[in-house]
Amino acid sequence: MVSVENLVLKYGARTALDGVSFEVREREIFGVLGPNGGGKSTLFKVLSTMLAPASGWARVAGFDVARQAAEVRRRIGVVFQSQSLDRKLTVEENLRAQGHLYGLRGRALAERMEEVLSRLGLTDRRKELVESLSGGLRRRVEIAKGLLHRPAVLLMDEPSTGLDPGARRELWRYIEELRQTQGITVLLTTHLLDEADRCDRLALLHEGRLVAAGTPAELKARIGGDVVVFEVADAEEMRPRLEARMGVRAAARNGSLRVEIGNGHRFIAEVVEAFPGAIQSVALHKPTLEDVFLDETGAAL
Amino acid sequence: MTAFWLPVATLWWRDLLRFWREKARVLGYVGSPLLFWLLIGSGFGNLAYFFPGALVLTVMFSAVFSTMSLIEDRREGFLLSMLVSPAPRSSMVLGKILGSTTLAWIQGAIFLCFLPATGYAPGAAGVLEAVAVIFLIAFLFTALGFAIAWQMDSTQGFHAIMNLALFPLWLVSGAIFPMASAHGWVRWLMRLNPVTYAVAALRQSFERQAAAGAPAFSTSLIVTACCAAALFAASTALAVRKSARSFA
Repeated sequence: MVSVENLVLKYGARTALDGVSFEVREREIFGVLGPNGGGKSTLFKVLSTMLAPASGWARVAGFDVARQAAEVRRRIGVVFQSQSLDRKLTVEENLRAQGHLYGLRGRALAERMEEVLSRLGLTDRRKELVESLSGGLRRRVEIAKGLLHRPAVLLMDEPSTGLDPGARRELWRYIEELRQTQGITVLLTTHLLDEADRCDRLALLHEGRLVAAGTPAELKARIGGDVVVFEVADAEEMRPRLEARMGVRAAARNGSLRVEIGNGHRFIAEVVEAFPGAIQSVALHKPTLEDVFLDETGAAL
Repeated sequence: MTAFWLPVATLWWRDLLRFWREKARVLGYVGSPLLFWLLIGSGFGNLAYFFPGALVLTVMFSAVFSTMSLIEDRREGFLLSMLVSPAPRSSMVLGKILGSTTLAWIQGAIFLCFLPATGYAPGAAGVLEAVAVIFLIAFLFTALGFAIAWQMDSTQGFHAIMNLALFPLWLVSGAIFPMASAHGWVRWLMRLNPVTYAVAALRQSFERQAAAGAPAFSTSLIVTACCAAALFAASTALAVRKSARSFA
């Protein structure tokens, strides 16, 4: 549904996207994970036809975003990170205006409005001014607006921004329901790990480059086993000694040493035994996407 | 056809709806030129002479400042959702300009209600003519405001530009003193100033004849209409042009 091939985009001298390629399949919930400034928003702007790439191409629903922008626009629903509603208008008025921009009117528009309002639980709010709604409700109106013209692909830029955990869970319930009932393809950008974990597949974007792609499980499996983090007095001094003695690779960060290892609990016992008194505390966890990101880029999310 | 006119209509309607919900704005844009007119006109003992100029000022203020909503639309994100929709850019520009034009026109028409106090008696034909001329002037200033607002990020900057450029243009438009009484280079300035023709067209729809030294009614109309068309074309060209900056 979305294919991106060797996409390059520059803002003056700065390269925001540097040869990014990936595919999103139909009915997939695809996440683009990365820190702020990593190129996610730029990618989002290219896919939503707001920016033309310097080279490479991107296709959405079979149409080229730069050369067939009008065709793409008819088929995408866009939910911006910033809000895009007219606060001085009611929910219903916002949706009606949106429908008109997409050439919907009369009976057809009224039916579509009914449907998205009820799907997003906004029917009893339809006459309220947007400025009187809470952040979570406004986000729902944004999604309703994005879905009004039955897009094949829903593009969402940081959809959880400004939402409390409850509203975030709700949002994900809607997203999954949409995929189930409408067969919609969703591409979203995020810097949140729990959000990324819920995607079918992910692309990790760092400094304009795609550093890894796959399902969350696949990405975590790359690390394999466990992640062990030791708190020590002097991580830099300790690192070579640990590596030499145990035959592993360790990364020093913020006064701690991080080791990826197949069998974590046995390894801990051995290290504590080998360096009596040197370890202040120790933590073991299964790899998270944060670990994957650290592993691939050396940078934190 | 629908794909073009439906967005025009909906953007036009949206401006009207917002305006209706913020009725206090009417007082602001009609109020200050009204005060201006009463003070200056009474001071000179000639309410009639200053009336067309004050009316143009009302229309100018409200047209230009209602295009400021474009900057708010950009800041609040509404513009983004217009830009990723399949509606043609030209229809967005026209809808937006027609909306603001209509608002300025309504405010000009409110000002026109004070016509009887001036002693002008242009008859029904004259009033209708004035109403049409006011629409044209409103369109002119709205298109100008659009072209400038499209490129601005802050409303403060917009205020500054508008005050610096528009108010002086209005001063040398025949609104305060006639072209015949102007000296040297100021007279040339007046002749080159598009606002002169707007004021002249309106004045003549009240006076039913051209004052000595002022441009003829037909000339005034043609110049005003051409300027309006040119500014509309410029606004559309700006909106169609793809620039990364506009979407930041």
